[in-house]
Amino acid sequence: MTSESDLSCSGLVRRFGDNAAVDHVSLNVPAGTFFSILGPSGCGKTTLLRLLAGFDRPDEGEIRIRGQRMNEVPPNRRPVNMVFQHLALFPTMSVGDNIAYGLKRRGVPAAERQKRVARVLEQVGLPGTENRNPQQLSGGQRQRVALARCLVLEPTLLLLDEPLGALDLKLREQMKVELKHLQKAFGTTFVYITHDQSEAMVMSDQVAVMKNGRFDQVAPPEELYREPATPFVAGFVGDNNRLAGELVSVREGLAEVRLDDGGLVRGRMASQAPAVGERAELFVRPESLVLAGEALKPDFSTVQASVDTTLFDGANSRVEVTSSGQTLFARLPQDGSAPALSEGATLQLGWDPMLARVFPAGGA
Amino acid sequence: MRSSASRLSLWLLLTPFLLWIVLLVLLPHLQMLRVSFQVRESWDTLDWGFQQYQNFFSESYYWRTFVRTGVMSLFTTFLTLIIAFPIAWYIARLARGRSKGLLFLACLIPFWASELVRTYGWMILLRESGVFSAWLQALGWADGPVEMLYNDVAVIIGLVYNGLLFMVVPLVTTLEGMDENLVEAGYDLGGGHFTVLREIVVPWAMPGIVSGCIVVFMLTLGSYLTPILMGGKDSAWFTQQIFTQFITRFNWEQGAALGVLLLVLSSLIVWIGLRVTGQSLRKVMG
Repeated sequence: MTSESDLSCSGLVRRFGDNAAVDHVSLNVPAGTFFSILGPSGCGKTTLLRLLAGFDRPDEGEIRIRGQRMNEVPPNRRPVNMVFQHLALFPTMSVGDNIAYGLKRRGVPAAERQKRVARVLEQVGLPGTENRNPQQLSGGQRQRVALARCLVLEPTLLLLDEPLGALDLKLREQMKVELKHLQKAFGTTFVYITHDQSEAMVMSDQVAVMKNGRFDQVAPPEELYREPATPFVAGFVGDNNRLAGELVSVREGLAEVRLDDGGLVRGRMASQAPAVGERAELFVRPESLVLAGEALKPDFSTVQASVDTTLFDGANSRVEVTSSGQTLFARLPQDGSAPALSEGATLQLGWDPMLARVFPAGGA
Repeated sequence: MRSSASRLSLWLLLTPFLLWIVLLVLLPHLQMLRVSFQVRESWDTLDWGFQQYQNFFSESYYWRTFVRTGVMSLFTTFLTLIIAFPIAWYIARLARGRSKGLLFLACLIPFWASELVRTYGWMILLRESGVFSAWLQALGWADGPVEMLYNDVAVIIGLVYNGLLFMVVPLVTTLEGMDENLVEAGYDLGGGHFTVLREIVVPWAMPGIVSGCIVVFMLTLGSYLTPILMGGKDSAWFTQQIFTQFITRFNWEQGAALGVLLLVLSSLIVWIGLRVTGQSLRKVMG
């Protein structure tokens, strides 16, 4: 893969009345990558996707695909195809005709068309289904037909609008992996929008977290998880515990926060840092919290907490505790070494300050 | 006890429907069929035969009017579809909230008046001393009064106007049910306006198109007032032939035969229409 970018946008703005649904978004998607835009509903991600597809025009900014300016190009002339949220398979056509539709528009002769339809159906794992009606297929199969219908045209860019949303949980897990494999196999650049952080994390090379029409952070999934740039990202991507307090000092990148009950805890300072004396929030992930006695090191921060309940969920079992009025979750060790946690029991929770992050309060 | 009660209520529910079907549909048509095969030998003797049907085929005026009525009705139906489709598209897909209801109402309002009143409305516009003629003269585009009534164009205008609502309603219903994303997908995959219309919108709307066409075609074929008022004495609509036989000439046998032929013609054309478009009556009317 070269580092040449398939899609680059600069300063995109789309306003509806006074409200900017997309607010100065710039992005750069290298060829052959899986790029996700993650955000809660109403954050403007669908609007952004529609700008890219050409169903809507930006008020400001520029969209370039392989260096070509796309702002004025209508959707049917863009080298971009879209998998819709509800797939939008043509119900009056067979599977084969659905896939051949785009080829027909390009004037591909019938024999060649048939060959390419058969080939792409094989690639998505549905050989010989040309004459079936889309309604006869299962949800996962329809998904693949919708993908095949776009991929057969070999677009520069494939846009996906939460296509897994309508599937049940099990199938969704399966399709996540499959989508990633298909993307690798075809080598097409995918731009995928979703509100499901797990979808974005599992599949993507790069994830952009979007909020109120802006990108909060664009990074690979792991960086997003380990180094959130904003409190919103810290709270939205993965589970996180939040402790409110006041910043009292900063030493070598480590911030000390006085919690509302008087306890002093520490965490790494985020790049977006509060000043000393200001309200601050400390984020620490459930898996970073250790139960006292386990492996508590001297430099760890600790809080006192009382057990509310334990939530058994296999590898993801947690204990819910309350510490100075705030609910926290801690991951339970997998080897069953956790002490018996009866309701109301008090315990000490500790964490490595390097794994916690301190942000200014009120960020999200 | 329970089952007999439910059976009774079923019969009570069915009775009006059965009465309607038997008394108003089945019986008159069977009676007409019977009369059409009766040959009157003298004032009080009847025989069975095909005399009336032979008359129809041997008398060219009869079957020419018959064919003319059929062809003009088909053309009217087609024209109504062409005009109604953009209207229905606008109401179903583009209009929002209040304006949608108002547009629908605008289509409906003319039907609060009878066909007679609506037709007279057109006559006021089109006749020699009418509104359009006066405008043409005022604008200097015509030297004298222009007669726009009493020709085939006037008849078709009137018929299209009468059929429009019955085409718009089923079209709006089917088009409203169409997912906007289907149209967008059509463009996204490389289709132009015409392709999207032909490959995606029209196939989707087909049940509505066919049901609208059936209703408008039936109404047009069986209409009496509009052709006679707007076409004048030369309009030669087949229903006029039937009227003449029954009322003017008091030849019920011939009138009945013509009526049966009209029924056969309309059924045949509807059947062909359904076969050609690949629709079933159940799907279209359901």
